[in-house]
Amino acid sequence: MHEMSIAMSIVDAVADRARQEGCSRVTGVDLVVGRLSGVEAESLRFCFEAAARNTPVEGAELLIEEREPSGTCDACGAHFPVAGYHASCPACGLFRVRIVSGEELAVKSITIE
Amino acid sequence: MCDTCGCSPEGGAVLRKPGEDGYHVHIGDEAGHHHHHEHDHGHDQGHHHDHGPARKVEVEQDVLLKNNLLAERNRGWFEARKVLALNFLSSPGSGKTTILEKTVPMLSGGWPVAVVEGDQQTTNDADRIHALGVPVIQVNTGTGCHLDALMVQRAVRELDLKERSLLCIENVGNLVCPAMFDLGEAARVVVISTTEGEDKPLKYPTMFHHADLVLLNKTDLLPYLDFDVQKCREYAMQVNHHLEWIEVSAKTGEGMERWKAWLTSKLERL
Repeated sequence: MHEMSIAMSIVDAVADRARQEGCSRVTGVDLVVGRLSGVEAESLRFCFEAAARNTPVEGAELLIEEREPSGTCDACGAHFPVAGYHASCPACGLFRVRIVSGEELAVKSITIE
Repeated sequence: MCDTCGCSPEGGAVLRKPGEDGYHVHIGDEAGHHHHHEHDHGHDQGHHHDHGPARKVEVEQDVLLKNNLLAERNRGWFEARKVLALNFLSSPGSGKTTILEKTVPMLSGGWPVAVVEGDQQTTNDADRIHALGVPVIQVNTGTGCHLDALMVQRAVRELDLKERSLLCIENVGNLVCPAMFDLGEAARVVVISTTEGEDKPLKYPTMFHHADLVLLNKTDLLPYLDFDVQKCREYAMQVNHHLEWIEVSAKTGEGMERWKAWLTSKLERL
């Protein structure tokens, strides 16, 4: 259940940023979560609500944009979407794939008042 | 609740030392996770917040930034002291502690070794390392499923790390969560044992993708099992084609020379 500590990191980061902006309440949080980030979006949603309790982020709407992963073949240079880390190159068939996206786990923007 | 002082660390981690019953240090507080007193106090004192109109602010910040920055600080600290820090990861029961028990005497006379043990509860693993006479500290994560960079920073502060030494960080037995948390280690060592399925790398690809070395342990049991070593290695390499692979039996000592050679080649380059 690392989603709870992830949710707490998000609440921390977001509350800090709101304070820097001179605001006391966060009403929205936009997240980017790659499918290879190691975080389950549903589980994170659940934990976020709990982690935000009694903070300036309480009740904020969490929007999660999930990103599909893609990779580049270190052998032939092809670029293609992948389902996971166990991926072979559709062009040359080798398992020499470097993941280039889909591992994102970032706060994109926040709505404050 | 902390069973030593009765306080409630709200899930925060605790440091313990073998043979020192009175010693315990809470870590959680410094993380600042659930401390937003300014706001609460404001309301308590009848302070009125003037909420302005809502506006959107671009943040573009990695969620794990705080941990990653702390991990980089740890990494810099290890490098400055010429300490080789290794993060040992596996499912529970693969033999991480036994491997460490055999590794410590193997390096004695050459390089000092210190150990950080991570478990939800007990100092059992730290007690086993303590018996070898090397500095060890136990991190009890409470309900936590992984070590993080802050826990490691606090733990190494309690250890007298020597220059040109090896620091073994034994993570909580778990092939999922610890994969996400950089501790500042120089390399990640994933231990799997022959009593597990050979498809572990396919079932837990994130862990293997972020690893540097796999130690396949309990090779002495291979004659009694259907474990397919080649298949397991192939799966692991398919998930991470930069992975190194060493087969050992911590119990019989088989393959431990290769593991020692891997370690000393890294230590000599410190």
